[in-house]
Formats: sequence, structure tokens, C-alpha cells
Amino acid sequence: MAEALAKISQVQDWGMIQIRADLARAGDAIAGAAGVALPEQGRITTDGSRSLGWMSPDELLLILPRAETAEALAALQDALATEHALALDVSDMRAVFRIQGARALDVLMKLCPTDLAAMPEDGLRRTRAAQVACGIWREPGGYVLIGFRSVTDYLRGILTGAAAPGTQLSPR
Amino acid sequence: MLTLTCPYCGVAAEETELQPGGEAHLKRFGPGSSDAEFEAYLFARKNPKGVHFERWRHAYGCGKWFMAARDTATLQVFGTYSAQTPHPTPEIVAAVQAVRPDWQPDWTPATAETPAESLNA
Repeated sequence: MAEALAKISQVQDWGMIQIRADLARAGDAIAGAAGVALPEQGRITTDGSRSLGWMSPDELLLILPRAETAEALAALQDALATEHALALDVSDMRAVFRIQGARALDVLMKLCPTDLAAMPEDGLRRTRAAQVACGIWREPGGYVLIGFRSVTDYLRGILTGAAAPGTQLSPR
Repeated sequence: MLTLTCPYCGVAAEETELQPGGEAHLKRFGPGSSDAEFEAYLFARKNPKGVHFERWRHAYGCGKWFMAARDTATLQVFGTYSAQTPHPTPEIVAAVQAVRPDWQPDWTPATAETPAESLNA
């Protein structure tokens, strides 16, 4: 009873690179430079420590260890040199939270107007958590939630509150 | 609650994830048009009880504008389609007429075949 629904922890050591391009034209070049296969619509692909998420028809998000960011950014900019495209280091723009635990879904169900249980195993869903935009995907043992850094404290507050002990959605 | 499927990312988004954009398929009357046309472009909007075409933006998602056809009285959604269309697509018209056989499009078929490029000229 006195245990929180899920363990909320903030991730500090991830880097993120935003890629905007015509994915049909530049998809292979991006996948090659990023080292991760191109995800399908609404999905995220993972290879080792890197993930590549589908954000919109012309936008991808590469998630990787922060130490590799500069090198990967240079590789992407080199691969996209002949395209009308953008690769940008947005590591400092985002806050990342891990929601780990058997009832992690309960926490997110309270905050998002989304059927996350029906999300595919490798799905990436952009939605809102209470009042702010966020992106959610699965990882072993729970979920990852990304939001804007400017609302980090707000996100931590609503996630911790939604995970308060004894507030699970199923009958007690 | 209104749930629309974004044609760009395939997500069934709930109303609070979307931003409403008002009536769809407005034709702009700018410099060179008459005062009456300009006023109508700015202010005159359809307010039907029944079939209506609207613009919506997937604000808490991919951020793209798209079009939706729905019934303002029953809230039934007939479908969503790309914003890069000068008129509702034949599939949308068929979906509306499957439910309301007496409903007729209020645009002429000749302009319905006009490619989007010529409208931007």
C-alpha cells in the first residue's frame, strides 16, 4: 500500500538529434548515418544504445548517449549535405523521465488521453501529459516519457503525483 | 468526445490533442477583389446543422493541419483527409452519401477536378 505505483526517475545522460527531411528521399542516408534502421510511421527502432523515433511525416528523433552526440550530428549533417534537410542537436531542449514498474501504465493513463495499452510494442506516441506535450515509448520494465525542459518540474510533479501510493486504477 | 484520425501519422487523436481551425476549403479573396467578396472571405462562415468540413491541427502530435468531415448534429465523423486537397475527396463524399443518400456536394464537379496547383496561381 505504501509503495508508489511506479518508480519515476529523470534521465540526464541522453543526447537527442532532431532530423527533418523528406524521409522517402533521404531515409536510407539517415539510417546509414544514424546506425539505426528507419522506423515506420508511429514507431521507434532501437539498435544497441541508439534509438530512432518517427515524430511526424518529415521528422525523426535520434536518441543516443550524450557523449556520441557531436560525432553523430556531424555524420548526419555530412550524409544530408545534398538534401534539403536539417539535423540539430536538441539534447538541451528536452527532459526525459523513466516510468518503471508493474503499474507504470496506470501512471500514464491518468495523465494522457491516449490508449497506451493498445500502442504497438515498438510504438512511439506523441500526446499530452496533463497540460504539456510529450512523447512516450516503451522500454523493458516500463515507459520513457520525453517533454520540454522548460516544463521539467511540472512533468516531475504530475508523474510523481500520478504514481502516489494507493492510487492504482484497478479495484483495491 | 470527438476522436479524429490524423491522416499524416495515423494516430486516433482525441479532441484535446487537436487544435480546431474552423471551416475548411475557404477561398482567399485578397487584393483586387470587391469589398463584398473580401468581407465574405473574412467573416462569412457556414454554420450547418449536418455535414460540415473542418480544419484541424494535430497540435499535440505531428503538428500537421488536416481536414475532417463530420456531422455537427450527431457528431458522426465521416472521415479525415489531407489538407492538400481543394475540395473533399471522392472517398469522403461517398462516405457521407453512404449515411445521407440525399446529401449533395455544394461545389461543382468541374472545380473538384481542378488540381491544387492552379488554385495557388
